[in-house]
Amino acid sequence: MLHPLRHILFTLGLSLSLIASVQAEQVQVAVAANFSAPIPAIAEGFEQATGHTLVAAYGATGQFYAQIKNGAPFEVFLAADDSTPARLESEGESVIGSRFTYAIGALALWSPQAGYVDAQGAVLKANQFQHLAIANPKTAPYGLAATQVLAKLGLSQAVAPKLVEGQNIAQTIQFVASGNAELGFVALSQVYKDGRLTNGSAWRVPAELHEPIRQDALILKKGQNNPAAKALLDYLRSEPAATVIRAYGYQL
Amino acid sequence: MPLTSADFAAIGLTLQLATLTTVLLLLIGTPIAWWLARTRSWWKGPVSAVVTLPLVLPPTVIGFYLLVTMGPHGPIGQLTQSLGLGTLPFSFAGLVVGSIIYSMPFVVQPLQNAFAAIGERPLEVAATLRASPWDSFFTVVLPLAKPGFITAAVLGFAHTIGEFGVVLMIGGNIPGKTSVVSVQIFNHVEAMEYAQAHWLAGGMLLFSFLILLALHLKGRMQPVRV
Repeated sequence: MLHPLRHILFTLGLSLSLIASVQAEQVQVAVAANFSAPIPAIAEGFEQATGHTLVAAYGATGQFYAQIKNGAPFEVFLAADDSTPARLESEGESVIGSRFTYAIGALALWSPQAGYVDAQGAVLKANQFQHLAIANPKTAPYGLAATQVLAKLGLSQAVAPKLVEGQNIAQTIQFVASGNAELGFVALSQVYKDGRLTNGSAWRVPAELHEPIRQDALILKKGQNNPAAKALLDYLRSEPAATVIRAYGYQL
Repeated sequence: MPLTSADFAAIGLTLQLATLTTVLLLLIGTPIAWWLARTRSWWKGPVSAVVTLPLVLPPTVIGFYLLVTMGPHGPIGQLTQSLGLGTLPFSFAGLVVGSIIYSMPFVVQPLQNAFAAIGERPLEVAATLRASPWDSFFTVVLPLAKPGFITAAVLGFAHTIGEFGVVLMIGGNIPGKTSVVSVQIFNHVEAMEYAQAHWLAGGMLLFSFLILLALHLKGRMQPVRV
């Protein structure tokens, strides 16, 4: 039994928090692993601009697809590609008309070792390394782009025995960062901040060497009545968000 | 059946990994379990705890530390490199090392229990009949501990078959080398190839059920030996 006074205070506190939550909602967001770096800054700006808060879960796009199809509580999806959101939309899992491209991904060939990767990617042709890490091309758009780059450079055959695959782009960079693979194709956003490389050496892969990595966002059915979901997608299109997104090497 | 050649390669690789790991674990685990079952040393507690760690640690922890320690800057990695073996991640040998650590408690614990259940008496009797310690181990202990060995082998094998987190962290998903069934299932799910995922996952479920059922039936049918 609660003490009467405490009971009153408790009820008061509860109703106050309910009133507050009418204005400030929380939005559950499934975020592709490559976009994890810009999210904290975006979440902060979003909260300041709208009062809503953003709760992010990071993972692989295909995995999120399976979870969403099976009732995961995500309200907004920031995918690593455009085909998965398109599929969700055609399957009636999203709010029609909410889908748009929030970022175009850039690929980098990266090594934590300074001076290892040259600015033209000639290190690939020299083929002196033991392991080249890429994300799984079947499930990760950055992995698919990496295989397109290798094909375009005519190196697919030469490096095939040296490829190691991460399940997603986050695991791929782990292989490289731990030194187990000397270099790897990662998302530029993972090694890039405020317009420059954070550490190691990298080749920023020219966009014409692979199909564009269009990353689409959309509001899922679970978020159709949450004003914060709509507000987040609006915020992603705003100038402050675009500034953050560009600072991590994405194009818009 | 919609399974591809990559799926069959993964099944073959998984069976190979589990078999090799089980054989090595029985060789490594037997002396450890024997020592643990009989020692009164202060070291029993710490050694026991280390052997049991994989039971409580998430595979991501084991996988992460293996990736770091077996990498070129880690102590194991520097050792294997100085021996001219290169580094272990992304290789079948690396998976074997990871699986041995990961499945260790599943082999050592049944063996330890079996050895402890035998007790001192049979060995004392063997000694009075002038059996050497080695002799009594092979002719007295091993036959008496046979059910323990079977349980240990089956659990070690089955647990290695089902390994996922460690392989994911150190494997690199190389077909025929490190791409095992559990990772293959994960790939199919992520690639939205649910039919193949079902075939492999359902097969795994059935396999695990049958193994546990067999162990259970065997345990029930075997009369208690006195």
